[in-house]
Amino acid sequence: MVRRSRAPATIVVLSAVVAAATLLPLLYLVLRAAGAGGALGGLLFLPRTGEILLRSLALVASVTVAVVLVGVPLAWLTTRTDLPGRRIWLVLATLPLVVPTYVGGFVLVVALGPKGMLQRWLEPFGVDRLPEIYGLPGAVLILALHTYPYVLLTVRASLIRLDPALEEVSRNLGLDAWESFRRVVLPQLRPAVAGGALLAALYTLGDFGAVSLLRYESFTWAIYVQYQSAFDRSLTAALSLVLVFVAALILLAEARTRPRWRGGRSGVGAGRRARPVRLGGWRWPATLLCAAPVALGVVLPVAVLAAWVVQAMAGNRPLVFPTRAATNSFGIAAVAALTTAAAALPLAVLTVRFPGWLSGLMERTAYVGFAVPRIAIALGLVFFGAAFARPLYQTAAMLVFAYAILFLPTALASLSAALHLVPPHLEEAARGLGRTPWGTFRAVTLPIMWPGVLAGLALVFLLVMEELPATLILRPAGFDTLASSVWSATSEALFAQAAVPALVLTLLSGCSIALLYRREDRAR
Amino acid sequence: MKTHATTPTRRLVLGAALGIALMPGCSSSGGTAKQTLTVYTSRAQGLVHPLLDRYAAETGNDLQVRYDTTASILATVNEEGQNSPADVLFLGESSGLAALSKEGRLVALPSSTMEKVDKRFRSPKGEWIGASGRSKVVVYHTKTVDPARDLPPSIMDFTDPKWMRRIGWSPTHGEWQLSVTAIRLVHGEAAARRWVEGIKANQPRVYPSLSATVQAAADGEVDVGFVNHYYVPRFMSQFGSGWGSRNSFLKGGDAGALIDVAGVAVLKTSKHQETAKHFVDYLLAKEAQSYFAHETFEYPLSAGVQPAGELPSLASLNPPNLDPDQLADLQGTLSLLRSTGVLP
Repeated sequence: MVRRSRAPATIVVLSAVVAAATLLPLLYLVLRAAGAGGALGGLLFLPRTGEILLRSLALVASVTVAVVLVGVPLAWLTTRTDLPGRRIWLVLATLPLVVPTYVGGFVLVVALGPKGMLQRWLEPFGVDRLPEIYGLPGAVLILALHTYPYVLLTVRASLIRLDPALEEVSRNLGLDAWESFRRVVLPQLRPAVAGGALLAALYTLGDFGAVSLLRYESFTWAIYVQYQSAFDRSLTAALSLVLVFVAALILLAEARTRPRWRGGRSGVGAGRRARPVRLGGWRWPATLLCAAPVALGVVLPVAVLAAWVVQAMAGNRPLVFPTRAATNSFGIAAVAALTTAAAALPLAVLTVRFPGWLSGLMERTAYVGFAVPRIAIALGLVFFGAAFARPLYQTAAMLVFAYAILFLPTALASLSAALHLVPPHLEEAARGLGRTPWGTFRAVTLPIMWPGVLAGLALVFLLVMEELPATLILRPAGFDTLASSVWSATSEALFAQAAVPALVLTLLSGCSIALLYRREDRAR
Repeated sequence: MKTHATTPTRRLVLGAALGIALMPGCSSSGGTAKQTLTVYTSRAQGLVHPLLDRYAAETGNDLQVRYDTTASILATVNEEGQNSPADVLFLGESSGLAALSKEGRLVALPSSTMEKVDKRFRSPKGEWIGASGRSKVVVYHTKTVDPARDLPPSIMDFTDPKWMRRIGWSPTHGEWQLSVTAIRLVHGEAAARRWVEGIKANQPRVYPSLSATVQAAADGEVDVGFVNHYYVPRFMSQFGSGWGSRNSFLKGGDAGALIDVAGVAVLKTSKHQETAKHFVDYLLAKEAQSYFAHETFEYPLSAGVQPAGELPSLASLNPPNLDPDQLADLQGTLSLLRSTGVLP
């Protein structure tokens, strides 16, 4: 298990190129912030700035706890038990990921606001006003609903590949089901849980959609306000750097929880499924646990959107199916997912197989981009693109490049977690038997990693589908996506027009998820 | 083992090829003889693209339109600097154009163009011009507010404690901040501060946008809000006359009766100056003006076009008399909102 060999030069060089690309937005932020000068100190040390930062941290902590508490049980229930309809639950439980926070937040306010739809139904019973959903509870609800599937997907990918033999041995040695889960399964799941939770935490730190709609004054909210209302970009850049610093602290904290020991199964050839746990009477509470996030995160938004569409059709307003936006979204999301996974692969190999301070640093750098407000990253690419890459500026290629920088951590988390489960001695055996490094990777590593690769591709695909701020700034003229169509309709209060692309976005993403699981099944 | 191993890679390659084949716009940048015009606009796509399509069809020019928020467009144009591919800016708020004019990024438009619009609605330096007007109004919930009995004559009177927890506002929104700028210019800094503090003491509910405020007033979440006039007609055209909120236009040159414009300007760095100026004229001609009147429910500003049916005429409105370039003084408004703790 202990390896002291040096990393192949190709992998080091590729990783360095990718890490350098992720540094571009940071470089831009530093350049801009340097222009802020004296005003900077005054703004950064306002008592209110600290207060807002604490609010952001409270939000991140609450969401992280919530996603682990929801995501891990859901992954286990849908993978390792005889839960009735667990395949369908799995697909449904992943779907909240495809409802953008700006849609989910909006729908939540419309449906469950103090004077929302629910209140109107309850009015005959004397309910004049519902309790507030604004503030921390609403923001946590929306963000946790939107991000728990990160944990679900990464944990599930690991659960599928865990060697059931270890668990069986622990049961034979006299541990009960819970103890063997806690002492044998959970430690092996730790990289996946930490990876998924980290993504959820960083996403929360950088999110603007939910906090603005639910009126929770987080740090990102303050940055957007500054950015929206002042044409001065240096203060915005300085505030974004504060967020980068917070993200770095979170990353450091996560690194400390990483276990030294890493479990790997002994061979893919002997792979078999773990025997499903019988839930018995626990079936019903388990079903309820699956149903709650699905109801709030999928059924509610889809129902409200569908209601708007029906309302518009009844009012004889023409509804156009956004064919071009749908093909644009699908095409660019597919290309971006493959590009991002390809960029993440060398970094994943480097950090998992050849851990060291340099590889660690490169990996951590890649994560920071996830927490910086997307608008700042996009403006950085406008700055570099218009000045140094004019032929590429405002082309689809530039947009794909931006997505790759934004979502590299997502692919990295999935790929690394998957790679942790590939025993190095298998690769060594293949090399010893005469395979080239690339041949070994294709014949041994990739097949074992495959579920993790698919999960990574799917996550990036979904994130690109719903991405808005960077898309608006960097897209080629006339390049409409589903997300941009939703945005342009809601920004002028045309709900019926917004509902159609939002529904198509949800359905198309949902179909991709269903397809992913089918693939995964066949791969087993 | 062998077949198992090769399929994933093959699938990746196939997937990449499929994705690229499916992606349009990859190789569509080939230029032809006709003129290409690049427009950055913060107007809503659904509202203006039929008009822009019509322009492209009538002139045969290739119109490249990028839709984004005013703030993003300004930041983008600033970051692009001399390399900006944009020719024309068509923004929902004149203050953005005034800011760019101040930085020397805009060209002077021909006087034949400028004369088409009343001088209240165009740049004093001749560098941008209003294409359509939007009046500030008080939006109210129809079930709880009788406009004749309950609504005061001035926006300044909403500091009265009887409006406690009944007001909706959107302090982060540029269009809303403009109202505060108008109050500062009409009543002075001290009165503006008292107004902001007075409204804040009434514990208003905060909304991210004007449309959200109009929606909240319709639901009765709040009783009144400070918004632009065109949302109510727009909602009513979607949801019918049962819509729960209506507009009240303030009178007597009140700061709350300000009229702002969606304006258009040509960038100095544009390589298609003549085409760009022709596009500006197109927006001011009769066809485009009646489009604004009937499709976006704004006030037409030239060619003698009248606003949509139920709206009071432009001449009957009584906005405060303010210099449009002065209205661009956003910094003063932002520091007021920050020092009163309304903004971070």
